[in-house]
Amino acid sequence: MKIHKYDTVIVGAGGAGMRAAIESTKRSRTAVLTKLYPTRSHTGAAQGGMAAALANVEEDNWEWHTFDTIKGGDYLVDQDAAEILAKEAIDSVLDLEKMGLPFNRTPDGTIDQRRFGGHSRNHGEAPVRRSCYASDRTGHMILQTLYQNCVKEGVEFFNEFYVLDLLMQEVDGVRKSAGVVAYELATGEIHVFQAKAVIFASGGTGKFFKVTSNAHTLTGDGQAAAYRRGLPLEDMEFFQFHPTGIWRMGILLTEGARGEGGILRNKDGERFMEKYAPVMKDLASRDVVSRSIYTEIREGRGCGPEGDHVFLDLTHLPPEQLDAKLPDITEFARTYLGIEPYTDPIPIQPTAHYAMGGIPTNVRGEVLADNTTVVPGLYAAGEVACVSVHGANRLGTNSLLDINVFGKRAGIAAAEYSAANDYVELPEDPASLVVSQVERLRSNTGSERVHDIRRELQETMDANVMVFRTEQTIKTAVEKIGELRERYLNVSIQDKGKRFNTDLLEAIELGNLLDLAEVMAVSALARKESRGGHYREDFPNRDDVNFMRHTMAYREVGDDGTQSIRLDYKPVVQTRYQPMERKY
Amino acid sequence: MATPTMDKVDDAKPAAVPSPYITVTFRIRRFNPEISAEAEWQDFPIEIDPKERVLDGLHKIKWETDGTLTFRRSCAHGICGSDAMRINGKNRLACKTLIKDINPEKPITIEAIKGLTVLKDLVVDMDPFFQAYRDVMPFLITKGNEPTRERLQSAEDRERFDDTTKCILCAACTSSCPVFWNDGQYFGPAAIVNAHRFIFDSRDEGGEQRLEILNDKDGVWRCRTTFNCTDACPRGIEVTKAIQEVKRALITRRF
Repeated sequence: MKIHKYDTVIVGAGGAGMRAAIESTKRSRTAVLTKLYPTRSHTGAAQGGMAAALANVEEDNWEWHTFDTIKGGDYLVDQDAAEILAKEAIDSVLDLEKMGLPFNRTPDGTIDQRRFGGHSRNHGEAPVRRSCYASDRTGHMILQTLYQNCVKEGVEFFNEFYVLDLLMQEVDGVRKSAGVVAYELATGEIHVFQAKAVIFASGGTGKFFKVTSNAHTLTGDGQAAAYRRGLPLEDMEFFQFHPTGIWRMGILLTEGARGEGGILRNKDGERFMEKYAPVMKDLASRDVVSRSIYTEIREGRGCGPEGDHVFLDLTHLPPEQLDAKLPDITEFARTYLGIEPYTDPIPIQPTAHYAMGGIPTNVRGEVLADNTTVVPGLYAAGEVACVSVHGANRLGTNSLLDINVFGKRAGIAAAEYSAANDYVELPEDPASLVVSQVERLRSNTGSERVHDIRRELQETMDANVMVFRTEQTIKTAVEKIGELRERYLNVSIQDKGKRFNTDLLEAIELGNLLDLAEVMAVSALARKESRGGHYREDFPNRDDVNFMRHTMAYREVGDDGTQSIRLDYKPVVQTRYQPMERKY
Repeated sequence: MATPTMDKVDDAKPAAVPSPYITVTFRIRRFNPEISAEAEWQDFPIEIDPKERVLDGLHKIKWETDGTLTFRRSCAHGICGSDAMRINGKNRLACKTLIKDINPEKPITIEAIKGLTVLKDLVVDMDPFFQAYRDVMPFLITKGNEPTRERLQSAEDRERFDDTTKCILCAACTSSCPVFWNDGQYFGPAAIVNAHRFIFDSRDEGGEQRLEILNDKDGVWRCRTTFNCTDACPRGIEVTKAIQEVKRALITRRF
């Protein structure tokens, strides 16, 4: 075991982690620990753009953006946070441009902007061009630009270091962050990183679904580590299903395709979104469009022999426009489906895409131990966190924005904390939990296989807690997850070695997915209403009287070692917008 | 696919679809110095739909047959750059190569990319590759005060370096280059592509510095224009053309 000492440690090197690192490295001795090489992070898969009311191509302002974000989140958004997001969006985009990001340009040479779902002029009047973009690889360009600037700033990376535990110590009755424990993939060695401040920026958890746009590596490692150390997870029942994933594969086809004029059609060729969202049509918010697609499918208007998908039609758009604005996604259609999007519509279905919930933080990125108490020295930003700027449903282009605004904020806040505070003493035997976890998995001889349990988990999640949920389906999922958690104790791996043991890695990841799937399902069961991405067929309406509040899920361990989930609730911060019925 | 309803009616239609599965042999170059100093080929027969990716086949082996099989992967759709490997002798991304497109009648050979040290099975040491990338100063260099708003750039100027912004640093190009195989000191195509991305960006003022770096004995002049890199690039970047443009800029000092 090796012990390292840094002022600030950042866990994860996607957009939020690297944006934080650029700030933190200037102000404190910083290490970035990342499971993957930084440029492999899933920020790079984001396509359509980053929202900011630059008003480069038409009238716009940050107040409209704030409203759209709050309405998009079905009023579960903390309104103070949404206002910061929309206000700081403008500088955030300009920062990236100055760092070198090659945005597409207007004829005047300014940053070009395009339409995106849920973003509107003057509180819902009509779609507005707010998304700043670089072709259909905006996330790729953000990831590259941030990595390039990390190189410029000399950010210190520990690549392929997998963080498995968060260390906390009680000092004068207050639980503080003391550091993290990481497993070095290349050697199997365990490293303890003592740090004055820790930032979690480890991304999402979509891999507990089968049809998902998420990378294999998005297994909620940060959320699970915090949760196991007794910290709450907020609003985990809210998961976004992106309307246009490639049929059966789940690979993302950007909403920018509809922003450029693409149309969703059912088997009769009907533009069905006109029925569900007369004003915004195909550019309604993602939860609305995903439900509309499944309604079409359920009512027998789906396409294909099994009627299990609909079409994204780009055939009326000029090929030059597709080549210039949507080259990557049209290539995906050619590569994976053998379809030519110039002439043929693309079969799509909703795909599990984004966790609105996560580790609760305030607007400085400080992690909360309950509804109000800050954990000194602990920060989170990006998809792993819940600020909450996305509420019950995130608007497209607001996540690339979120990682930049709150990544920067967390990086500054953590480094300032490091400068003003001393190290917290490490707990005795700091790596013990990780050592025993790794040893147990390496030496287990049980008959269960990681792949079987993961597949069954994904199948039950897709079947029971996807776009439509009922008490019965969620209960089925809770039961199944419980059974899988039992079986997980008997899991064994074949690779017993130290060197690049990805067999072990996948087993650990599965443990995280099981923990988080359970939190998600239990949170969803208790929310007896429909709001944003959480749709209960048995409670189809939003219930502001009983459920205008954030879910806070805690892991409880009884005296006899039995684990359970305790749910609590946190008020929503409302400033100037009163909840209204949500129509697009 | 799941869209549960409260009144779930399973109209169990008898599916008379013919099985899409075929048997394919993956012939994989295995290496694990914890077990043996020698690398060896190992055959894995798998049942798979040929419309699936080579990566799906590797997962099938790892998940169902041999958990020790080791490779990197993440996004699984050709954007993260983790899974470049040598498939039937050609550098490709495993997640962007469909089995049906590489003649599944014969064994499909899969080995680590060349020119970088193999650490285990298909995993190579990427550090020298990223070092070469860092050496070309891959970031925007500007002088003077920053403007308050964005820097202006015409659509034509933006287009000038569009191709080289697509790079995902997968190393398929660099590790397909015979010059790089023989001399690991050569910067390699990927580093030059990323230098190109900045040299030809109208906002950048560090072009001269980067050109001097690439004028080095291990720089662009080592390129023998074999076009392997262009063939290998999973993003369709015209790599050789970009290298030629850098060479020309070195001669004319115009970019």
